[in-house]
Amino acid sequence: MRRIDINLSSLKETRPHEYLLRFLFGGTCTVLAGLIAKRYGPGIGGLFLAFPAIFPASASLIEDHERKRKAEIGSDGRRRGRMAASLDSAGASLGCFGLLAFAAVLWKELTSHNAYLVISAAAVVWGLVSGALWLVRSNVRR
Amino acid sequence: MNDYLIRFIVGGTVVSIFAMLGDVLRPKSFAGLFGAAPSIALATLGLTIHQRGKAFASVETRSMIFGAIAFLAYSALVSWVLRRYRPPTLLATISLMPIWFIVSFALWLLVGRLA
Repeated sequence: MRRIDINLSSLKETRPHEYLLRFLFGGTCTVLAGLIAKRYGPGIGGLFLAFPAIFPASASLIEDHERKRKAEIGSDGRRRGRMAASLDSAGASLGCFGLLAFAAVLWKELTSHNAYLVISAAAVVWGLVSGALWLVRSNVRR
Repeated sequence: MNDYLIRFIVGGTVVSIFAMLGDVLRPKSFAGLFGAAPSIALATLGLTIHQRGKAFASVETRSMIFGAIAFLAYSALVSWVLRRYRPPTLLATISLMPIWFIVSFALWLLVGRLA
């Protein structure tokens, strides 16, 4: 099994305006999801709860950071940066199964149980499904 | 107005937290899981339930399933295109975004409206 690491120094690579951009993008998408649900109803509005809001920005940041790391040692990191973004996207694909499970738990249980308990349970299910699929995938690839 | 300001702040904060988790975690394939975290849903569902009730939120989460399937199709395609053709990431992620709209709305039209 591949080890999961936490590298806090990565936070320093992200510039203040990039943090601000994520915040603005996330906030805007959340407001838009609410406005769309209000205007077109929950059927259409619900689709946007799984909108890939900051995915393009995050994936291109990964390419950018990887490229800069390689540039510091004098090599062209574009290829490596795009491969890193591809890996990140593959991870997001697995996370989508978790997202699907999260939504399914809420859909089935929300009306009959305590709302905040169901939201918490759904978040746990998202983590478990995504994590389990990642473990299976990383073991299969070895 | 206040409602949308709260949504904006909570949404921005939750999305930023998940993005930061994705930044610090390694390997990249594991960090990528956080790219599909239910950040918008977590930020907005509590308010929706409070204002419009559980039945409204339940219909939203049913549609969210279609959105998640569309996200899966989109991110898998982005991953494949980046690995196969290596275009700039921003170009790939933006130009393939219509895939999310096509798949999610097609599923909603074909399946979602039947029930």
